[in-house]
Amino acid sequence: MNRTSRIGRTVSDLSRRDFLKAGSISGAALLIGFQLGRDLLAEATPQQERPVINPLNAWVKIDSSGQVTLVVNKDEIGQGVYTSLPMILAEELDVDFSKILVEHAPTDTKIYDLGTGGSGSVGDSWMPLRRAGAAARAMLITAAAQAWNVPTETCRTENGRVLHGHPVRSLGYGELVEAAAKLPVPALDKVPLKNHAEFHLIGTSVPRYDIPPKVNGSAIFGMDVRVPGMLYAVVARCPTFGGKPAKFDATKARALPGVRGVLEIASVGPGSFTAGGIAVVADSTWAAMQGRKALEIEWESGPAASESSASIREQFVALAEKPGKVVRNDGDAEAALANAAHKIEAIYELPFLAHATMEPMNGTVVIRDDGAEAWMPTQAPQWAQSIIAGATKLPREKVVVHSVYSGGGFGRRYQSDFAMEAVQIAKATGEPIHLMWTREDDMQHDFYRPATYQKLSAALDSNGNPAAWLQRIVSTSIRLFWDRADRVVPEQQEIHGAIQQPYCANTRLEYAYPQTRVPRAWWRSVSDSMNGFVTESFVDELAWTAKVDPLEYRLRLLSPARKIKNPVQPDATLNDTARLANVVKLVKEKSGWGSPLAAGRGRGIASHFSFDTYVAQVAEVSVGKDGTLKVHRVVCAVDCGRVVNPDGAAAQAESAIVYALTAALYGEITIDKGAVQQSNFNDYQMLRINEMPKVEVHFVPSEENPTGMGEPCVPPIAPAVTNAIYAATRKRIRRLPIRSEDLA
Amino acid sequence: MAAITFEVNGQHKSVEDSPDTPLLWVLRDTLGLTGTKYGCGMALCGACTVHLDGKPIRSCLTPISQIAGKKITTIEGLSRDTSHPVQRAWITEQVPQCGYCQSGQIMSAAALLAAKPNPTNADIDEAMAGNICRCGMYQRIRKAIHLAAKLAANGKAAPRAAAKPAGGAL
Repeated sequence: MNRTSRIGRTVSDLSRRDFLKAGSISGAALLIGFQLGRDLLAEATPQQERPVINPLNAWVKIDSSGQVTLVVNKDEIGQGVYTSLPMILAEELDVDFSKILVEHAPTDTKIYDLGTGGSGSVGDSWMPLRRAGAAARAMLITAAAQAWNVPTETCRTENGRVLHGHPVRSLGYGELVEAAAKLPVPALDKVPLKNHAEFHLIGTSVPRYDIPPKVNGSAIFGMDVRVPGMLYAVVARCPTFGGKPAKFDATKARALPGVRGVLEIASVGPGSFTAGGIAVVADSTWAAMQGRKALEIEWESGPAASESSASIREQFVALAEKPGKVVRNDGDAEAALANAAHKIEAIYELPFLAHATMEPMNGTVVIRDDGAEAWMPTQAPQWAQSIIAGATKLPREKVVVHSVYSGGGFGRRYQSDFAMEAVQIAKATGEPIHLMWTREDDMQHDFYRPATYQKLSAALDSNGNPAAWLQRIVSTSIRLFWDRADRVVPEQQEIHGAIQQPYCANTRLEYAYPQTRVPRAWWRSVSDSMNGFVTESFVDELAWTAKVDPLEYRLRLLSPARKIKNPVQPDATLNDTARLANVVKLVKEKSGWGSPLAAGRGRGIASHFSFDTYVAQVAEVSVGKDGTLKVHRVVCAVDCGRVVNPDGAAAQAESAIVYALTAALYGEITIDKGAVQQSNFNDYQMLRINEMPKVEVHFVPSEENPTGMGEPCVPPIAPAVTNAIYAATRKRIRRLPIRSEDLA
Repeated sequence: MAAITFEVNGQHKSVEDSPDTPLLWVLRDTLGLTGTKYGCGMALCGACTVHLDGKPIRSCLTPISQIAGKKITTIEGLSRDTSHPVQRAWITEQVPQCGYCQSGQIMSAAALLAAKPNPTNADIDEAMAGNICRCGMYQRIRKAIHLAAKLAANGKAAPRAAAKPAGGAL
């Protein structure tokens, strides 16, 4: 999801220090905190004004035996943060990583910056975690130095011990923690950090902390939470968006064995956007599902019933023919186009997409007199906490939200709808409730990746370079689902991947939106997923028109090195064409671009900047005479700054490539009578092992601070594949998913 | 209702669930074995894969009436200490991302190796195409199956993963 629009981000402004908090580990514990505000992350000049922050939260726990527990404030949804974030702490702290324990931070927004998304976990945590680890180490050294009565500069650390002198004497962190915890915390922005040359963890492929429990069935996901007295719940929701039960008969449902109750829950609008519906509460999942099947419900569909994919497309086509709101206007694209001898025009279309996490939505809530407890597979525990607090009228501090492992997130688990439904049912029944969604529920009540329809025109100058680039983006705006048009900027999350297009100095970008009730939110890489396809397809079309090798064309246009700003969000990171060109060159080398290919094969390239990371991919495909497409190989070059865990980062690249390739080949959510037509993996197909291409990932060595890896490898793959299809067949694919009739 | 009895991971079980209850839910809810996962309920995704008398089945569509008197192995029973060659290979190759599909993947892979100790890539495609990995780790799954085959053949111990307490809520 777009990191600049993260919800629930709080910049805490603590004015007190917090030491010696007895944790769950026996003995005194050293708690070091720091502020994860963006302010600390900036490489600020001394003259720059910054708010004064007294940070101190809890990140490092050490018991008297020396057992180190590192706290993680981001949710493990498969992206490896339970390993990569502790690695940063452990590096500066200087402890044996193979012996540490990892604990998820409590949902305390005064201390922790919660919310996992926007590919921001490692990048946002890099400096704050280094500072926290270094500060903890400094305090432990000071305690040892005081114990030995020596200057701190004469002490050093190694694997959880402070060392001094020849012959060496040492004290373990566990022996020092009680005294260290009483010392003043060094100023976090001044505490010396390790020299990069001394890193022995960062940059290594430390095995993931959470993998062993994930191969023996012991890892607890949201679906696996079991609490005493728990009842299971499923909800029947109107298939049409915004529809409600007109009437229902639960007689048959209530008569079934195991069914303990049937109740209506109201739909909740702004804040959660739940569908509402009829909840069945039972002794087991199966009994709840059988109970739901036995419900007799008449739905009042409501106004969305008139919507369909066709009606939305009708709006798209009409809007694309009219001027939209101008969001970028560099140079004079219109004049350049008017003077052009030859115009290239294209229309691109991409559909709604479902997240389809492997683990469907779910959550468990227990409400007691004095508080509430919840177990949520979530990307936003703070939002779940707000929802539960609001629904139970409990203060936030009395609502404990446990983050459990998520079976995939991809942005879907940033929502709070499942938390709202769970607390509604728990409140109405007075019972501990485990709410689960079936695959059908999950597919049909998602917050979809927007659909889009885009009209582009360009002109080439006498050198074949783009003299003008006009792009009209029409899309089902995410912001407009969440709030009114007079309160939001509709295009804000729709333009990423287009707003910083680096290829043409005379670029005009316009935005328009249709009216629709289809729920929309952040899908892996958000609007970069759709605009990456459009931008990289269109520049490819220009290259072929200019009769220039598409890879060389991009290198030509990315030169001279310059930085492209985002006019809608001035503080957004600039798109550095030098770094983009660099990954294009790396992928050229690693893919063997230009070398002979087997007959019938084609190569396509796409390059894209998103979430502060630069990616270029080359796909190698073949198309059979009957139109069957095979993707043989994907070579991926990435500049994500310093790579914290190379194997972990490579796995994220592989993951994003498969996620996006699946969407390119099969992904399409269609709407009929205001309802989603797809329901399970039979009609929302997934790429499987037999279609997996060979994927090779290469990183640009970099000393820059780390940037994101969860999403940036999504945008380039679809255009790399369709560009490869063009190279192999001269058939240009302008709409996704790729259809066999487009290839035959 | 008459109890239905069967063996799970070497233990005798007797349950009162109705005979049409899918084994998946009896394992997860009645017996508390949550290692086997729900992904689709239609035998399309493979997350629910367990072994019935050593052969892989989709437990989401297998009613317990069909397993009366039979032997079931779940992910929890594949090994006592995460030492099955497939599990060791999965750790060495760092296969799981979110991990939700991996119980099913591992059970399918273990069944494949039991039947074909030296599978070809085509064998792997056929045996594993029923298991979706939404995180896209298919390349690692394939590599790990080949490694597991070697480990099983040689009886060598894979590099040991650092000792950690078993997963669970953190």
